[in-house]
Amino acid sequence: MDAVATFRNGLGRQNPGLVQLLGLCPLLAVSTTLGNALGLGIATLGVLLASSLTASLVGRWLLPEVRIGVFVVTIAAAVTAVELVAAAWLPELHESLGIFLPLIVTNCLVLARAESFASRRGVVEAAVDALGMGVGFLLVLVSLGSVREILGHGSLGGDLQLLFGESARGLGLQFFPAQNGWLLALLPPGAFILLGLMVAAHNWRIARRAERTGEPGVRAAGQLSS
Amino acid sequence: MDRPDAEKNTLRPLRGALLLGGTTVLAVGLLALVHEATRERIEQVERARRMQAVEQVLDGVRHDNDLLLDAVTVTDRDLLGTSAPVTVYRATLDGEPVAAVLAPTAPDGYSGSIRLLVGIDVDGRLLGVRVQSHRETPGLGDLIEARKSDWILKFTGRSLGDPPLERWKVRKDGGDFDQFTGATVTPRAVVAAVANALLYFERERELIFPPSATPADEPIDQSARGPRIG
Repeated sequence: MDAVATFRNGLGRQNPGLVQLLGLCPLLAVSTTLGNALGLGIATLGVLLASSLTASLVGRWLLPEVRIGVFVVTIAAAVTAVELVAAAWLPELHESLGIFLPLIVTNCLVLARAESFASRRGVVEAAVDALGMGVGFLLVLVSLGSVREILGHGSLGGDLQLLFGESARGLGLQFFPAQNGWLLALLPPGAFILLGLMVAAHNWRIARRAERTGEPGVRAAGQLSS
Repeated sequence: MDRPDAEKNTLRPLRGALLLGGTTVLAVGLLALVHEATRERIEQVERARRMQAVEQVLDGVRHDNDLLLDAVTVTDRDLLGTSAPVTVYRATLDGEPVAAVLAPTAPDGYSGSIRLLVGIDVDGRLLGVRVQSHRETPGLGDLIEARKSDWILKFTGRSLGDPPLERWKVRKDGGDFDQFTGATVTPRAVVAAVANALLYFERERELIFPPSATPADEPIDQSARGPRIG
């Protein structure tokens, strides 16, 4: 598989958020605003890249008995490092993401990519796969976060100062006053409903493309999830 | 394989243990470095955040002491809403007390405790109230946040006589404070917690501002009973 196909695999056909349905807990909990979603997406991408690179480097030397243990230690260390750095330089984002920053450890996407892909591939291929999966996850997070922020708060990018500092305050758009927001979009049920609609749209697009090109093997969402 | 299977099998667990142990040592080393590199900065950020929160409820009252250093911890489950020690910051000017900031808890929010910061001047008048943390419903109970609505700002200037103690309730309960449409539990809890903090301050003023100075951080535990709201 060439690098472009590996990368695009994570964006579309095997998108972690829309097809594999991995890492749903942070995806649904944190995507209340664009700023939160972008912050968690970038943090997850960083951890994914670090753990996949490590897994690819050491994968062939590891015994099967301790492989998962070694990956878990590596991932936990990477997440803790990311958390400390966020606490020091992005304290507002750190507070806003709360428990979901350390909980990247339990995002099965990270362990799944390290274990089932990166540990058996070369460094470059593992890195490209991690980027593809990470960006795919980030895009779903950001789309869901944008839609929920617009519906629920009437704004878009209203909390970008969490990521980019005080100079980004007020860069966001305000479409209507926050108190007229649609509360359901901010609550967990709204997150499930909106994600469901996104999964449906994604499946529809894949099915249509398969029909057009006569390509077999349409995977329904959730089929790959563990 | 050129060595006998028996030898391979005895060494295998050892190799596994070394791999796992080695990774752990590397991970701990990396984290120690990151921790060392970020520690000072995290402390600064944390201090600045606490400082800003405390100054906010003091509403610009002039003082010349370091609030974070001049703090005592007190315990009063009835009036401060938690059996854990509660920090009281003391603001003084030329050694004379001007105000105190209490960090009480409203234990009966809609989903758990609501942690507050309450600034009270030396005459028992509220300088400001802010919510530090809560888990109330977004869009309903979270109107207690200053950035969501101005409800919490309406405490400023109030005291135990204004309104009288029996009217320190939400309107629905016959008091003077607004509830929110669709959310009464949250404002009820906050109003009671603020009133109790005022009662605590009035009763224990001598403990917080002793006539002769008490060393900072000396724990004070008072379990005397008095009036209480909620």
